[in-house]
Amino acid sequence: MIKFTIDGVEVQAEEGQNVLQVALDNGFDIPHLCYHEALEPYGACRLCQVEVTKGNRTSLTTSCNYPALEGIDVQTSTDKVNKARKMVIELLLSRSPNVPVLKELAEEYSVGEPRFKLGDDDCILCGLCERVCREVVGVEAISFLGRGSDRKVGPPLGINPQTCIGCGACAYVCPADCIKIEENENERTIVRWGRTLPMKKCKVCGRSFAPWFQLSYFDKITEGIPKDFWEKCPDCR
Amino acid sequence: MDPKGIDRILEKYEYKDSAVIAILQDLQEEDNYLSENDLVYISENLPIPLTRVYSIATFYNAFSLTPRGKYPISVCLGTACHVRGAPMVLDRLRLELDIDVGGVTDDGLFSLETVNCLGACAMGPIVVVGKDYHGQMTPAKVGTALKKYRKPSKE
Amino acid sequence: MKSINTPQELEKIRKEIVGGRDPEKPCIAITSGTSARAYGSEKVIDTLRAALKKQGLTKKIDIRITGGQGFDEREPLLIVYPQDILYQQVKPKDISEIVSETLLGNRIIDRLLYKDPQTGEKIANKDDIPFYKAQTPYVFGNNSKIDPTSIEDYFTIGGYSTLAKVLTEFSPEQVIDIIKKSGLRGRGGGGFPTGIKWESCRNAPGNKHYVICNADEGDPGAYMDRGLLEGNPHSILEGMMIGAYAIGSDEGYVYVRYEYPLASENVEKAIEQLRDYGLLGKNILGTAFNFDIKVSRGGGAFICGESTALMASLEGKVGEPRAKHIHTVESGLWDQPTDLNNVETWANVPLIINKGVDWYTGIGTEGSKGTKIFSLVGKVKNTGLVEVPMGMTIREIVYDIGGGIAGNGTLKAVQTGGPSGGAIPASLIDMPVDYDKLKEVGSMMGSGGMIVMDNKTCMVDIARYFMNFLKDESCGKCTTCREGTRRMYEVLDAITKGEGKEGDIELLEELSWIVAEGSLCALGQTAPNPVLSTIRYFRDEYDAHIKEKSCPAGVCKALITYSIDEEACTGCGMCKKICPSDAITGEKKKLHVIDTEKCIRCGACMAACNFDAVTVV
Repeated sequence: MIKFTIDGVEVQAEEGQNVLQVALDNGFDIPHLCYHEALEPYGACRLCQVEVTKGNRTSLTTSCNYPALEGIDVQTSTDKVNKARKMVIELLLSRSPNVPVLKELAEEYSVGEPRFKLGDDDCILCGLCERVCREVVGVEAISFLGRGSDRKVGPPLGINPQTCIGCGACAYVCPADCIKIEENENERTIVRWGRTLPMKKCKVCGRSFAPWFQLSYFDKITEGIPKDFWEKCPDCR
Repeated sequence: MDPKGIDRILEKYEYKDSAVIAILQDLQEEDNYLSENDLVYISENLPIPLTRVYSIATFYNAFSLTPRGKYPISVCLGTACHVRGAPMVLDRLRLELDIDVGGVTDDGLFSLETVNCLGACAMGPIVVVGKDYHGQMTPAKVGTALKKYRKPSKE
Repeated sequence: MKSINTPQELEKIRKEIVGGRDPEKPCIAITSGTSARAYGSEKVIDTLRAALKKQGLTKKIDIRITGGQGFDEREPLLIVYPQDILYQQVKPKDISEIVSETLLGNRIIDRLLYKDPQTGEKIANKDDIPFYKAQTPYVFGNNSKIDPTSIEDYFTIGGYSTLAKVLTEFSPEQVIDIIKKSGLRGRGGGGFPTGIKWESCRNAPGNKHYVICNADEGDPGAYMDRGLLEGNPHSILEGMMIGAYAIGSDEGYVYVRYEYPLASENVEKAIEQLRDYGLLGKNILGTAFNFDIKVSRGGGAFICGESTALMASLEGKVGEPRAKHIHTVESGLWDQPTDLNNVETWANVPLIINKGVDWYTGIGTEGSKGTKIFSLVGKVKNTGLVEVPMGMTIREIVYDIGGGIAGNGTLKAVQTGGPSGGAIPASLIDMPVDYDKLKEVGSMMGSGGMIVMDNKTCMVDIARYFMNFLKDESCGKCTTCREGTRRMYEVLDAITKGEGKEGDIELLEELSWIVAEGSLCALGQTAPNPVLSTIRYFRDEYDAHIKEKSCPAGVCKALITYSIDEEACTGCGMCKKICPSDAITGEKKKLHVIDTEKCIRCGACMAACNFDAVTVV
């Protein structure tokens, strides 16, 4: 076990854990946007910054990808940390003033009207959608495109990503709630990517429960599951 | 490009997906730009996820997903060229060609791009037209420099 | 090609090649790097070949095509040996005269010689020319002695004999010790002690180690690495092989930026020639050292000069940096221990081992040993690549070597370190060129770009220029860099357009803080430097733009007007003819007038006027 302190409190961590996860597990409230425990830390939003003292050096660093190390001291709320946090929120808010989670953060951390010209982006570029699609689901249907302030996430050809199975994992992890899913009896549409897939109806109850494509993909990547498993919805299984 | 041509390029790089940047450069060198068909072909045959091909094609300055002019024009905006008046040369080109950066002239002869330093600072400001380097450019020299490319005999 | 299997065979081949050449045989060397080619050097070479053939002199006179030799401003340079006469700005039409007068008639052609602007004296010998006199070209000087596409030429100057010595006489640890003691620091900008880097990499666990040459050279205005890669690629390859031996690596990459096609080509040729001689692959020179190397080209992204982004690009991905809590010497290319060094750093390695630590540490300052190649560009008379000992003052470089300010301006600042560096005001140019001293004044060594600015350079415009560059080159991954550089640019752009307001400077300083503190990689972390240093030393210019809505240097278009002086104007009409927006009216021989509404401030009229009648207000 690795022992270190957060805000003076001693905590324990396992080899390979990052500071943010340990902090969250121990009830410390470090704000974060692009971190998800099921995915590799990315370090893009910069919101999770804390001050870490290692030996005789203290530095401001992102906690999501900083390794838990023996004897370090982590401070989650110094003047420097608070200043950095507020400015990061201000920068994000000025780009995306209508995103609910940013408005909540601004309220919580007393960030006023941004001092910059307001944009209108509904996406905060955290990358969780493309990371879950690539790392967990494994279909790599969407990716980052462009560079700098032109950076955005989307399907390669602009619409209808061919490998998307319509699982909705991207919508599930999105903190900005900008990936909408529409469903009717026969189809599911991931609106943001312009991907519409026909749904399979449960053999037992007749309800549409998942896109055909998604089920056949899961069937392909799993082993030892009887074929009729995919014919029934989760409730009827 | 026809599939055989792309296959040749893929073979040259031994179908290694780590060579995708070089593959795209070779393709654009021949075709003047990267078409959707070609990128899909590369994705299917390298193979490499199409998302990665497009991430790379849109990230790096070298690539253009739209056809460029017969003579792509690159204006160097490196610091040394800037200090010697490159922005004014760029403005003059905009006026002369009636297009903005990223555009192509109606006759398809010229397209306009900027580059962040060609490393030929001694001759700045520099404008590259096609493969020719034109040094010590001034707004006044722009018209004359473009003349030879406009001549129909120039191939 | 015969395979060279032992150091003795290498020495034998060297002797054979040297023995087969007559040092007194007439030779003409012509520079033909990228700069020279842009000035038409290839045509000059073709004309010379044809002229020699016509006169039946092809066998009697050698032609040696070299890379750049520093004085790029005057290229193509043509040097006649063995007399050692340097002709500058040679054109195809000069060739027949050179052949008849100098080659056959042993007479010097005055008009092609360098003319000292102070004394009016014509100087024939390269080493007497002020541009070259004060330099110490230990690394770059070999460019003049070899054809970069000839490994045989490299053999004649002792090429690969240092590698042979290292492989047979030193252990890897001994090599690392030499480099540590030499004080060699990274020439790419970071200035990290090379020996320590090599040692950390060697000691990092893992059975595959890589060495990389960072030839991405993205700083605008800096092209030292291009000069070395084009002109002497073997010096870098030899350095890399020595480093690979020291680190325990058997695979290397040279990552060349895509904007350098000739450099890429010459390195590829050099590698091919090494292979032809059996000097790459297994058991090099009959030792247990195995090594192979490939060239990889960039795709046009400044960020790929950053080590983790470069490695991502090598792996075939976008150039997105990653956090460096774990250093690349431990986990780099394909997660293996990787040593990445700059072109010039690698080129210094054979020199240090060959001449020894005592010699090397005798050059430079306490904290900065050896020499540094700078690209001296901008508003300076003698533009080109210069190699000087660390510790030489900026004044000496700009005036003694650079010849002072071009045109009739006065020196205002010298910018070093590219987009990560800062402007050093004229008042401080007696400072030495030194890693730590440059940091103290708010700049940095950087890769070696040294951009001279005069009174007609607007420092607010320069800050805006760098911010524009950085926001375009930001990979966009992290909030602080992506959004911060963009907002800093917006504030600066507004200031240059006369829309600045009270509090803008404080806002820039606040943004600078978060961009520097909060960004993931060195691009963001150093992005505020040009802004902070210009605020530090040229606050008055910022104030003039913000408070008085004026641009003292006469650059910012929204704040200046062009007008024609009544006294000086002769009514020749040249300005009217050249004006692209029809903003000038006037009759022949009468005063011409500029319509400020139509004027786009392109400066074409000023350039066209032969009477200095166009002024900027």
